[in-house]
Amino acid sequence: MNGDRPVFDWGWVFRNLDVIGERILQHLAFTGLAVGIGLVVSSLLAAAAIRWRALYGPITGLGGVLYTIPSLAMFVLLQPLVGIGFTNGLIALVTYTVLILTKNIYTGITGVPDEVREAADGMGYRPVRRFWEVELPLALPVIVAGLRIATVTVVGLVTVTAVLGLGGLGFFILDGFRRSVWFPTEIVVGAALSAVLAGLLDLGLLALQRILSPWRGAS
Amino acid sequence: MTELIGQVVAWLTDASHWVGRDGIPARTVEHLWLALAPTSAAVAVAVPPAVWLAHRRRFPFLANAVVNVGRAVPSFGILAASFVFLVPLGFDFRFWPPAVALFALALPPVFTNTYAAIAGVPRHLVEAARGMGLTERQVITRIELPVGMPVLLAGVEIALVQVVATVPLAAVIAGGGGFGQYIVRGFAQGVAGRVEAFAGAVLVAVLTLGVQGVFRSAERLVVPSGVRRMRRERPVGRAV
Repeated sequence: MNGDRPVFDWGWVFRNLDVIGERILQHLAFTGLAVGIGLVVSSLLAAAAIRWRALYGPITGLGGVLYTIPSLAMFVLLQPLVGIGFTNGLIALVTYTVLILTKNIYTGITGVPDEVREAADGMGYRPVRRFWEVELPLALPVIVAGLRIATVTVVGLVTVTAVLGLGGLGFFILDGFRRSVWFPTEIVVGAALSAVLAGLLDLGLLALQRILSPWRGAS
Repeated sequence: MTELIGQVVAWLTDASHWVGRDGIPARTVEHLWLALAPTSAAVAVAVPPAVWLAHRRRFPFLANAVVNVGRAVPSFGILAASFVFLVPLGFDFRFWPPAVALFALALPPVFTNTYAAIAGVPRHLVEAARGMGLTERQVITRIELPVGMPVLLAGVEIALVQVVATVPLAAVIAGGGGFGQYIVRGFAQGVAGRVEAFAGAVLVAVLTLGVQGVFRSAERLVVPSGVRRMRRERPVGRAV
């Protein structure tokens, strides 16, 4: 480290608050988009698996393989199909949410006790209403638990998309190394804010779940 | 696409890519060493306190907190921080900076799963063991560890796979990084490096899935057959 520069340069942080704010928003938007699409895809997959139970094994098996492929490799493997850039990063991030979300939606819904389902039927609930008013609320804690893991995972992975020219806060991590002299402040800002963002979203989802299902604490 | 696959196969089977310090065997060794050393260290450091704390039922919230915090810290960020602080102190950038970061990444899943493994052993088994006159040490070694072994090993597996998957990111920052080298170098050359990057990505994916497969088979040898039948569903780790 060169002697005259402090280990952490607060001046840089204050001079760049606007850029940091932009990157935080980009990070949030990218995370939200990936988890949102992941939730839609996973809901469809889970619905298929609940209807045809034999599909659950193959879906989670394939999901597990895709989940294990490291993001850096995934970006490169996707390149011949979609090139390098936003679509590439988005597909990779969505892929990483699918295993967790599908598993938790499936276990949440299939975990609703049969007697509860039968009681709803006995009270005259039709399947659609039974799903929205009985099964989904009871499955919610498990689904949100999956959503929390998926969200926190994606927040961390967004930083890696910096190699695709995206990255949200990950931009700072990579940029800190692109300078002629490595710049720790930028790297620490990118990494720490990403961790804080993940923590806040995790707590936010937990709070949301407590509001939506007040009868039950977090699992 | 088919053309690219042909070129990648040609790259992977090219004899010149199988020799020397940049060859596939040398990079395999580098990649595995960079993954196994920090993971083993994390197991050695995290398992004993986790077993002891869980046996005594101390700090039940700690296990959860550790894994939540561990998940929130971005792998790429911790790796970068490790490089930027350790390299100026004179550590060889090929080993210590990534190794320290990977060690830190491996700790939470190992600690939390070990804690959950021991704390999750049915109480009646432990009570019965005590009733039969086993000492506390024997309760740990003969009951809690064997019965908790699948969950404990799942934690080690999560950590190991995560670390193998994170090693290539070291190549983005500086040298080393096992197969990540091929990806980063290929990437930097644009179209000209397409084949090398793709071959690197295939090698990274195969190695990660291979390590996971080998670990799962090895698990079968360590877990007693009676315990294997009690096994719950495999927890999901973190993608890198």
